Amino acid sequence: MALKTQELVLNMGPQHPSTHGVLRLELELEGEVVTKVIPHLGYLHRCFEKHTEAMTYPQVIPYTDRMDYLASMYNNFGYVVAVERLLGIEVPERVEYIRVIMGELQRIASHLVALGTYGLDIGAFTPFLYLFRDREHILNLFEITCGARLLYNYMWIGGLSHDIPSDFVRLTKEFISYFKPTITELNELLSYNKIFIERTANVGILPADTAISYGITGPNLRASGVQWDVRKDDTYSIYNRFDFEIPVGKGWFGTLGDCWDRYYVRVLEMEESLKILEQAIDQIPEGDVQSAIPKRIKPPVGTIYTRVENPRGELGYFIISDGSVNPFRIKVRAPSFVNLSVLNELCKGHLVADVVAILGSIDIVLGEIDR
Amino acid sequence: MFEFLSDLFGSQIIAAFISAALPLVFIVPFVIFAVWLERKVSAHMQDRLGPMRVGWHGWLQTIADFFKLLQKEDIVASDTDKKFFNVAPYIVFAGTYLVFAALPFSSAYIGTSLDIGLFYIIAVSGLVVIGILMAGWASNNKYSLYGAMRSAAQIVSYEIPTAIVILSIVMFTGTLSLSEISDNQTAYFWNWYIFGGPDWGLTKFLVLPFMIIGFLILYISTLAEVNRTPFDMPEAESELVAGYHTEYSGIKFSMFFLAEYGNMFAVSAIVSVIFFGGYQSPIGYLGDALAANWLIPFEQLFWFAAKGIFFVFVQMWLRWTLPRVRVDQLMTLCWKYLIPYSIVNLIIIGIITLI
Amino acid sequence: MREYLKNTWLGIWTVLVGMKITFKHLFIPAVTIQYPDVKVPLPERVRNRLYVNMDDCIGCDQCARACPVNCITIETVKGLPTDDLGITSNGKKKALWVTKFDIDFAKCCYCQLCVFPCPTECIYMTDIYEFSEFKRNDLHYNFSTLSTDEGEEKKLNWEKFQAEKEAQKAAAAKQKAEKPAPEKKESTDKSKSAGE
Repeated sequence: MALKTQELVLNMGPQHPSTHGVLRLELELEGEVVTKVIPHLGYLHRCFEKHTEAMTYPQVIPYTDRMDYLASMYNNFGYVVAVERLLGIEVPERVEYIRVIMGELQRIASHLVALGTYGLDIGAFTPFLYLFRDREHILNLFEITCGARLLYNYMWIGGLSHDIPSDFVRLTKEFISYFKPTITELNELLSYNKIFIERTANVGILPADTAISYGITGPNLRASGVQWDVRKDDTYSIYNRFDFEIPVGKGWFGTLGDCWDRYYVRVLEMEESLKILEQAIDQIPEGDVQSAIPKRIKPPVGTIYTRVENPRGELGYFIISDGSVNPFRIKVRAPSFVNLSVLNELCKGHLVADVVAILGSIDIVLGEIDR
Repeated sequence: MFEFLSDLFGSQIIAAFISAALPLVFIVPFVIFAVWLERKVSAHMQDRLGPMRVGWHGWLQTIADFFKLLQKEDIVASDTDKKFFNVAPYIVFAGTYLVFAALPFSSAYIGTSLDIGLFYIIAVSGLVVIGILMAGWASNNKYSLYGAMRSAAQIVSYEIPTAIVILSIVMFTGTLSLSEISDNQTAYFWNWYIFGGPDWGLTKFLVLPFMIIGFLILYISTLAEVNRTPFDMPEAESELVAGYHTEYSGIKFSMFFLAEYGNMFAVSAIVSVIFFGGYQSPIGYLGDALAANWLIPFEQLFWFAAKGIFFVFVQMWLRWTLPRVRVDQLMTLCWKYLIPYSIVNLIIIGIITLI
Repeated sequence: MREYLKNTWLGIWTVLVGMKITFKHLFIPAVTIQYPDVKVPLPERVRNRLYVNMDDCIGCDQCARACPVNCITIETVKGLPTDDLGITSNGKKKALWVTKFDIDFAKCCYCQLCVFPCPTECIYMTDIYEFSEFKRNDLHYNFSTLSTDEGEEKKLNWEKFQAEKEAQKAAAAKQKAEKPAPEKKESTDKSKSAGE
């Protein structure tokens, strides 16, 4: 006689230690093996896109901060680049350099959180706090520049809210020299740990073609071996002046595009960001950061789509202007939202513990998914 | 000890009660200390400060937390299996406590000096599984159930390498009695079994590397038996929220806590008895030097506690260093690595014993 | 077999490497501080609770318009020509009674957008960040120096003034209707002198 079995539905979240926010995953399980994952979104929905229609263009910037709250600078960056292109204004050199520096610092800070919380998902608590300690240095840099630690509202249309303070360059150089050895330490403590490799290598394999057909971008796509980075391939600001590599996954310990690759691509990206920082910090020209800010921001009638390389992938802003001071419509292509869509594909046939590992390796921010 | 007490009170029953309650006098302060130690160790390893407010460097924090837990509402969800739910934490603790009965704290105090002490310990430590399964099943919570199932699989599997390593020691020493094993390793630290035991000769040097391997296997498998990171599958907070004790609160939760930390000490003590001389001092006794014989049992108690706490510290150290293994890798580690190694080890130690 | 031994070795070795790192950190001084006792010095540009210097506020409403979350509410009443409202620190003459200047810090998102448009730099961000309250209404700060009664009074004054003006105007219009020619000349003279 066959044993009577029953499929188990497990609700993971919205209150769960490792769903990275208020995400609810409905897991259909057979024993501990996952057969289906249904993500339920919307617990953090704040009507960003509708809100913007009642705002003037500069007023939208604080709202963009709150989408991907771990990469606020970069959200500002993408938005102001879009509006500037719509307005057709050139920003001064100094502004461009400072934006790139802030953007890359933000990328490191965001990856630090991603790697730290990933360690936490796997069960390693200590690297998480080491990485947060390092992130603190970056937040201090932001704080002395614009006064805020998380939601900056720093990049304005045509300029910046503040010029960098006099000791910013020195402190950034200090940070760069301080941060390099801590990456080695992270690698020794976590990346090359046998247990960590066992947990992540050959888990959640994302082949390149699947990744492309799902529209995955950012480190997740590059970990699958696709060399695609908006900074190089559709360059914006002054990224074409810097010499840096695009790290791609190589299947170091397992198959190409597994969780370890996704993790390690982020580690390598931090090193590349340091390279950009080292080049940019010495070249900042003199100038006024607010000279190009228009008095009245009233873009001509038209539409624009601009994309930038957010730490999580391709962040796109689609703006329709009807010629008034308020945008007619702003649509955001949130990288986390698109990246999350592949979760079901990755989790099939894995264990519950792997769902946590896979979800962490996709590195989602719920603020951006729900907007 | 028991004879002394029964003479003192003129009643064997009272003496038995006191003897039985004595480990509790040790466990409770130890748990309070160990929880504080865990917090401080983890904090300093992570460049934090840890508890600092209650008492000097927060040493009273655990006591404050204990009172907090006592005052908390004892929540029993309506759909739980109440009988099992209520009794499970006590069974888990009982399983831990039973182990303490056979631990030789010093030459003067051992709960019951069983001739089959090691066998007894292996047997009763399996009782913890029943408690955990009960808690997981009775909670009527899917996470708890997963935790409990994992725990059962884990503890039962890891009993095997533990038993095989202990078997090799039993072969080498020729006894199952913990106090006898401790007594064998008397005097100085080179007499410990990790260094090949008290008998000088070729055997000592031949057996030394295998003793170290045996120690490693025993330490890893006992670590898994007490559900500590990297083997904390049953509670895996990032996957199963809190595993089998998700639904518990207040005093019952603290019972699980007590059992966990008590268990940590128990297995550390077993490791120290088998390989590191138990209550024997590594450098000779002050009591011998001062010709004060009454001092020796107290010194022995000190060494026993110190060795136990050292291994507890190593457990904490591992916990705050390592990620957690997956449940199937846990089984892989046990069945494909520890058991083959321990069997090979057993055979080699057996051959060495024969020569 | 080689793979098997290598795995064993790597398992032990990487664990030891990790343990070495955490052990080293055991003796590194903590980076955290005992917060309410010890506080991190805040940088100059720090963005925390807003403060409004009402002596300088001219009631121009620009901060309220810049605010993306509408947390600033300003109500103004025009001053009578006889009222002396004082001058701001950068020499501007005030013309409005600010009867209400409320900031709801429960709504405020500390974006600093209100600070930049202020012509007299009277609204700025301070370094006070510990102002949590038990009731949300307590986060509603009133900055206006005028009490509600005073505000009402100013309002009444203005209405009265306005009414008087209306009456005057009506009277003037009446007069104008009676004697059109000379009145007109006078008024043009007046406007000319005002223009000068």
